[in-house]
Amino acid sequence: MTKTPSTHPKGQSGLRTLWVWLAPLAVILILNQFIGDQMDPYFYTILMYAGINIILAVSLNLVNGFTGQFSMGHAGFMSVGGYLAAFITTHVVSANPEIMNNPVQGNLLLFGTLLLGGTGAAIAGYIVGLPSLRLKGDYLAIVTLGFGEIIRVIILNVDAIGGARGMPNIPSLTSFGWVYSLVIVTTFAVWRLVNSAHGRAFLSVREDEIAAESMGVNTTKTKVRAFVIGAFFAGVAGGLFAHYLRYLNPATFDFNRSFEIIIMVVLGGMGSVTGSIVAAVLLTVLKEALRPLQELTRLDFRMVIYSLMLIILMLTKPNGLFGTREISDFLPEGLRKKITGSNKPKEGAA
Amino acid sequence: MLEFIQHLVNGLSVGSIYALIALGYTMVFGILQLINFAHGDVYMLGAFIGMYCARYFRLADNPSLGALLIAILFAMVGCAAVGYLIERLAYRPLRKSPRINVLITAVGVSLFLEFSGQLLFGSDPKFFPQIYRPSGDWSIGELRINPLQVIAFGISITLMTILQYIIFKTRLGRAMRAVSFNHDYASLMGIPTNQVISCTFMLGSALAGAAGVLVGLTYPKIEPLMGVMPGLKAFVAAVLGGIGNVTGAVVGAITLGLAEEMLVGYWAPTYRDALAFAILILILLFKPTGLFGSKRTEKV
Repeated sequence: MTKTPSTHPKGQSGLRTLWVWLAPLAVILILNQFIGDQMDPYFYTILMYAGINIILAVSLNLVNGFTGQFSMGHAGFMSVGGYLAAFITTHVVSANPEIMNNPVQGNLLLFGTLLLGGTGAAIAGYIVGLPSLRLKGDYLAIVTLGFGEIIRVIILNVDAIGGARGMPNIPSLTSFGWVYSLVIVTTFAVWRLVNSAHGRAFLSVREDEIAAESMGVNTTKTKVRAFVIGAFFAGVAGGLFAHYLRYLNPATFDFNRSFEIIIMVVLGGMGSVTGSIVAAVLLTVLKEALRPLQELTRLDFRMVIYSLMLIILMLTKPNGLFGTREISDFLPEGLRKKITGSNKPKEGAA
Repeated sequence: MLEFIQHLVNGLSVGSIYALIALGYTMVFGILQLINFAHGDVYMLGAFIGMYCARYFRLADNPSLGALLIAILFAMVGCAAVGYLIERLAYRPLRKSPRINVLITAVGVSLFLEFSGQLLFGSDPKFFPQIYRPSGDWSIGELRINPLQVIAFGISITLMTILQYIIFKTRLGRAMRAVSFNHDYASLMGIPTNQVISCTFMLGSALAGAAGVLVGLTYPKIEPLMGVMPGLKAFVAAVLGGIGNVTGAVVGAITLGLAEEMLVGYWAPTYRDALAFAILILILLFKPTGLFGSKRTEKV
């Protein structure tokens, strides 16, 4: 795990491929002027949820896919970030209502609270992750599942954030630009991370923990690191969600929410950022597409379909849609070299 | 003092239910190193099988101990069948897969049972028919004990004793212990490992089914998601006792039941569901092998 350039997994790529990420960011900021409340609100909502789900799925993939752990409490971290961010903005705005009229101040406020919300979630992730990640085995699954429940019980009991009534009147600050810039930032961060020397440590823990340990990887530290980063982005997504929906309720962050994110990661392929993005969009749209059927029959088929899908996926195609392949593996060679700085397709890629 | 004894009785009663569920977790984990997430939902199915059996045979018309035992028997057989099917269809094909895939499948099976249960039975709570109604409360001085709790406790203890006998005194039990020690060596010794694993699932599921009926009897409101929390808590109980250890599971479950009841009685009733997970995190931090577990060193 030396960090000399010669052993850098993606060779000499460095930051020379930054344009691949900056260009869409610019496009999104330009589009932001045209996409907003004025368009079809139903379509706009799906668009925003898809973006938030992409952030959640990509960040969970870092833990469940690349590091090979199994977290079932992503919605819990989302709620920590969401409530923390919403609590701060609500109080700041009620003290200084003029902030809402000043877009610069409003955006700065959102940026600050998203950071704080993410940090809060990351701290929660550290507290939860440290004891359970020290052990081998599937304890993380149960502990994170339990953590999600504990957070929900605590939120239900804290009156300052509304308890079971939920938290209304959160300032509306999330815009298309915010969600999709953060989609780019999250994807960039996870992509660069897993293709770095640190990322190789994550992958080595997934592939063989004992071998990784004997090669000098501190497996606990690596797992906790992946977990904390994943929790951070879940918190950020929670903040975005809170300032878009403008209302938070503990029931929104129950186990089914975590499960939706898990199935996005599994369907897309554990270990593929591209897969998570595709699956997040696919499932967000599928959820809406199933809504008429659900209203027609008055039965909630959605979770039955999801759970069956998960079982059948595991039995027949455990790698999901993309396995560990990325979109860059499908590109022609010249383009791939320009984008990733490497001219070799990833191992195992078709 | 009186209040304390009352909590003690309630705690034992809840703990014995957790114990019946925890035994299934710990047996399956011991033999496959798999957290069978669907186990809590098998317990839910047990309650529903008991309910439909009671309705079909009109057991509530002449409530008696016999009626209760019939319902329990049907629930145990039905759940054993469900356990067999789960293992055969979902887990056996993945025997050689990475553990995370099996874990994901287990979560999928659990959710599938829960939500198809909601479709089949409806998501609103159902009343469990009163198939056994002992007369009045039993009181010792001012202490009032619900006789149903005592009966439920007695039946769970009996079932656990039978399980102990099966595991430690029979050929099947010896085979189970051998398989949990080492799959490959056991199969080299001529033990049909797949059949033994199926039997383990069936035994564990049957106990969970009995627990379902007993809970329906004492707290007569059953619904398709009723298995989630007891399932998780029973798992915590199994970890507390040392997962893979049969005695440990019972001791852990009783401890957890008592601890919960005391928390509810004396301190913070709304945090009941959080306690189990707090215990889990503490155990993982300070004594990850649990009270009775032995440390397994991993060989490369």
